[in-house]
Amino acid sequence: MKKPVALKFDGKQVQADENDSVLAAARANGIFIPSLCYYTGLSTVGACRLCLVEIKGVPRLLSACVTKVAQDMEVATATPKVVRYRRMMLELLFAERNHVCSFCVANGQCELQALAQRLGVVHTRYAYRYPRYQLDASHPKFLHDSNRCILCTRCARVCEEVEGARTWNVMGRGIHSDMMTDLNQPWGESPTCTTCGKCVQVCPTGALAERGVSAGEIRKRENILPYIESMRASGR
Amino acid sequence: MAKTVVIDPITRIEGHSKITVYLDDQDQVADAHFHVTQFRGFEKFTEGRPFQEMPAITARICGICPVSHLMASSKACDDLMAVKIPPTAVKLRRLMNLAQLTQSHALSFFHLSSPDFLLGFDSDPAQRHVLGVAAKYPEIAKDGIWLRKYGQQVIEWLGGKRIHPAWTVPGGVNAPLSEEVRQKILEGIPHGIEIVRRTLDFWKNTQGRFADEIEHFANFPSLFLGLVTPEGHLEHYDGFIRVVDADRKIIADKLEPTAYQHHIGEASLGDSYLKAPYFKPFGYPDGMYRVGPLARLNCCDACGTPLADKELLEFRALRKDGAVLSSFYYHHARLIEILFALERMQELCNTANIMNTHVRAVANPNKFEGVGVSEAPRGTLFHHYKINEQGLITWANLIVATGNNNLAMNKGIAQAAKFFVNGKDVKEGALNRVEAVIRCYDPCLSCSTHALGQMPIKLSIVNARGETIRELTRY
Repeated sequence: MKKPVALKFDGKQVQADENDSVLAAARANGIFIPSLCYYTGLSTVGACRLCLVEIKGVPRLLSACVTKVAQDMEVATATPKVVRYRRMMLELLFAERNHVCSFCVANGQCELQALAQRLGVVHTRYAYRYPRYQLDASHPKFLHDSNRCILCTRCARVCEEVEGARTWNVMGRGIHSDMMTDLNQPWGESPTCTTCGKCVQVCPTGALAERGVSAGEIRKRENILPYIESMRASGR
Repeated sequence: MAKTVVIDPITRIEGHSKITVYLDDQDQVADAHFHVTQFRGFEKFTEGRPFQEMPAITARICGICPVSHLMASSKACDDLMAVKIPPTAVKLRRLMNLAQLTQSHALSFFHLSSPDFLLGFDSDPAQRHVLGVAAKYPEIAKDGIWLRKYGQQVIEWLGGKRIHPAWTVPGGVNAPLSEEVRQKILEGIPHGIEIVRRTLDFWKNTQGRFADEIEHFANFPSLFLGLVTPEGHLEHYDGFIRVVDADRKIIADKLEPTAYQHHIGEASLGDSYLKAPYFKPFGYPDGMYRVGPLARLNCCDACGTPLADKELLEFRALRKDGAVLSSFYYHHARLIEILFALERMQELCNTANIMNTHVRAVANPNKFEGVGVSEAPRGTLFHHYKINEQGLITWANLIVATGNNNLAMNKGIAQAAKFFVNGKDVKEGALNRVEAVIRCYDPCLSCSTHALGQMPIKLSIVNARGETIRELTRY
């Protein structure tokens, strides 16, 4: 049973369900909190840290996607500290891999790029790492380019939670972490991949893309998971 | 004791380069060398990328003629896919390529070179630029700006943006032409033609003042190379390679562009990042050839459009017994090509199937090697890729328009330096003329070395002991 709670975002009084996350409550009330790893219909992992907010009485910043709302909670979404941290997170994401928008298949469709534009990130203060990643083009329909990956793990979650194939997973640790298919086999040789393409649909950048598309040509359907859920439910 | 004059950086060109003028013991010019001082490495860092990304990556070689790279690159990708793209897609690509030719030639003629013709080679360098032209000859400046703007607008109407549009893709183009855009393109053409015609009149009337420049601006026999249609007409997108000599005698004809490596060799020079291509049957360096507007007009039998053909007849009369040799006439050829481009664009917009919506062929890669050749404003452009079975680039070779002219540019500045530069008293106007020889070719040095660059150029005068006695740097 839903139990309503009252809380404040930047001084504005709103109502939410007690099971809602701070991020969900904010979005339901039209309040902007950026995020990259969050995807409607998937579990939350708090990996990207972009949805950090300040909550009155809590000494550190918390990820809005994995923090539940509470009665009389006071959330600040745009304090100088929050804004500074968000920018820092985005800059670190750009510095970590090779995000060259100009010839990327996701140019103009990329969530990372859109956030950078919205938050005014026009340069990074950190030295680019320029790691060398080989592209995996072994799959007949899709490409995996780790150069453009932000390790949000949406692909792994959608593959496990919605498709049930569990083809994608994270390998390595820390800065050496990367997405892999099965036991780090070429994607085209994966025995578990069903070629459903959901991972490509939920990827926020151009790390996963359909083959054959040129710069800026990928098109992603929005909110595919609630749609899949409702179709499945109606079929049951 | 011999000396050296260095012009570094060269101004009003695209890219970063310098000229060294070598003097002998009597302070007379012994030789001059053109050095391109930038390096970028596109052929290397594209390795490992999917071939479909190549048009967008290689377009970034240049902000002035990205469309040229899009054309050659997309054609190389079509070759990798082994597809024949829809006829409407060919026409639309041609349309954009001609718009690109218009804007780039307008930039070269009006913005970069007209200050020399209008204000004088010896005028105050602080005023010798397009703003100086605008102050003294506002009508000509306005014409130039209008023409360039129109070319850029056509690119934007077709491709969504003026620089680096992602519209030309492997297999064709990614959106058909709309009636609204077709009308907008057609509306601008009469005014464009009017501008080019009055600029041509103005150009012809000024020729008397430039006898020395015409005579000594890279005026020597050489081969000329360019694309022509199967009928031998002026061509910028497809066709065959033709090579003519100084007498306009056809040396080689109907060469398949995809077999360019059989005909063109590339020599590396010790003092420049720009390679020196040469026509293989003649060997290095005798196989020196020129490309670009002058070469294209020397190569073709006719333009194929009425107004441009009329102008071509007058152009031919400049040297009745053969090819027009003075590189000063690159400017003249550029104007005729703009006229041709506008006429051809009008024709294309009025063809029956230009509005057809089938504009893209879809295919996986079907070949491991592909070549695409087109004419950029500055000359013939070659893109050559090899891919693995996954469609990832394993090797790339680009011969970019300006690179083809490298040997001729070197020879040209030596000729101009010998005539205009007096080692005992090096005048700014003389050095400007040496630079202006380079400017005739409208070089795109970022393109030709596929290199990161700014605009400046430097000129040094070096004596026989290797000491630099004078340097001129402009930014």
